[in-house]
Amino acid sequence: MRAAVPEFPQARLQELADHYAGAVAAKRRRMWVGSALLVIATLAAGWMGNVDLWKLSENFWRFPAYFVSIAPSLSFSSAWADLAEWFWGLQRWLRLLGDTLLIAYVGTLAGAISGFVLCFLASANLVRSRTIVFVTRRLLEFCRTVPEIVFALVFVLAFGLGSLPGVLAIAIHTTGALGKQFAEVVENIDSKPIEGVAASGGSWVQIVRFGAVPQVLSNFASYALLRFEINVRGAAVMGFVGAGGIGQDLIEAVRKFYYTDVSAILLLIIVTVMMIDFVTERVRHHILGLEGARA
Amino acid sequence: MSPLRFANPATIAERYPELFQPDWWRRSKIMAGLGAALGLLVFGIIQLEIPLHRLSDGMLRLGGFLRLMVPPDAGSWAQAVIYLHALGETLSIAFLGTLGGAVLALPVSLLAARNVVANRIVHFLARRSLDTIRGVDTLIWALIWVGVVGLGPFAGILAVICSDFGSFGKLFSEAIEAADKKPVEGIQSAGGNHFHGVRFGLLPQVIPILLSQVLYYFESNTRSATIIGIVGAGGIGLQLAEQIRVLEWQRVSFLILLILITVSAIDWISSKLRFAIIGRRAVA
Repeated sequence: MRAAVPEFPQARLQELADHYAGAVAAKRRRMWVGSALLVIATLAAGWMGNVDLWKLSENFWRFPAYFVSIAPSLSFSSAWADLAEWFWGLQRWLRLLGDTLLIAYVGTLAGAISGFVLCFLASANLVRSRTIVFVTRRLLEFCRTVPEIVFALVFVLAFGLGSLPGVLAIAIHTTGALGKQFAEVVENIDSKPIEGVAASGGSWVQIVRFGAVPQVLSNFASYALLRFEINVRGAAVMGFVGAGGIGQDLIEAVRKFYYTDVSAILLLIIVTVMMIDFVTERVRHHILGLEGARA
Repeated sequence: MSPLRFANPATIAERYPELFQPDWWRRSKIMAGLGAALGLLVFGIIQLEIPLHRLSDGMLRLGGFLRLMVPPDAGSWAQAVIYLHALGETLSIAFLGTLGGAVLALPVSLLAARNVVANRIVHFLARRSLDTIRGVDTLIWALIWVGVVGLGPFAGILAVICSDFGSFGKLFSEAIEAADKKPVEGIQSAGGNHFHGVRFGLLPQVIPILLSQVLYYFESNTRSATIIGIVGAGGIGLQLAEQIRVLEWQRVSFLILLILITVSAIDWISSKLRFAIIGRRAVA
């Protein structure tokens, strides 16, 4: 059996070993160059961003100290009274939280509807005209790239304080984000149903309605739910610029050093966000599961 | 070309009646769902006291703003230099924030991954604390850090580190849990200890995925770093918010244009890098 393993001549072995060493060395070199670039970029960014580690180490105690100071004083003997005092504004905050959720909901729904309309125009497999596709895509990109807070700032000036600018800002941002994701889904669908409807004389709307929509609906719903989750977080800070929701009270509490209010509102936001995450994740798995069962 | 025999819809309907019968149960379910969604929408509009009559008024005013925005103009060269500097700050916030968050999140994500640390309590605690950190928005972190290190981009960097720490911790641990466990078993069967298994069996599998996630977050942080200045944490958002407040619309449009160009440049570079790291197929 030993003869079955052929032995390479020494020269050939040497050659292979050299090759191996060369390959490893090249990989190491690439790694070093990459690391060097990373270090240079880090240093440049640190210089640009006024990173001051000395100041950080000097003031770092303030960071945990902040959390200590916003923590409420709860004692076991008077736990209920302490809790009631901590959440003294619970009714108002719950109403504002409800407003925040509604802002996110209305904004997401409005954005999802306009994203739904625009996504078909941005799909190269449904629209022949390259101009329409290009223009729609750039429009969606604009809606997506400008942060929603910036839209909110502008809308507050145009529409006045209140929930309306928040809803509109979220709707526009959602249009951009969902429009792009929807279009990606549409571009990956099976082309046979589309061809079928087109071959039997369907108009463009009929092609979309009967050829494309049935294939993409569950994916769309899943993306819209995910976006709702994100928008709840976004709506929670809309109040920072006066666009409604609980953010207004939060930034006031932070700016005026109402310490325990900060922790109470933050806690409410975190719990709400977690609950929404949990529920939407369940619903999304259910929707995608239905899709999987049908396929 | 004789006409098809079954081309007459009435004939087809007769042959396949079950396909042409409306499914009322299914329809009523869809209608109920749509009705509920619309009802909640109307309820929301009423509850939020959205003044629909102000919509047209505001649209007109918005149109006026838009007219004032063209052409985009920075005002002067000195001003343009200030804006470019602010843009540089924004980019450093995004870069260092993402990098710092990723570096800090890697060890914690190992703790939060079930296949590395089998202890359920550690796993649970790590997961829940990451969730809590993620529940706080970057803007709120920025408010807190401004109180610690003062106004400026450094507070922004620390804020992005904090919020990315939560997201990366979750993403990384999920990627680690999804890794193939055969290489780890192979190393352990060849006499390697637990640490060797992680270092030589697990990490080589997940590093490309983690890198591509980091790059993706760098893209999205470039967007969120543009607004962090609104609460005083440096970058171009500070300038943008100021110019919006004083109604200098030409400068506003100049800044927005600057942001758009930068973000699409970063998107382009980082998608190239991501493809180079994990290959075109794996991204999709």
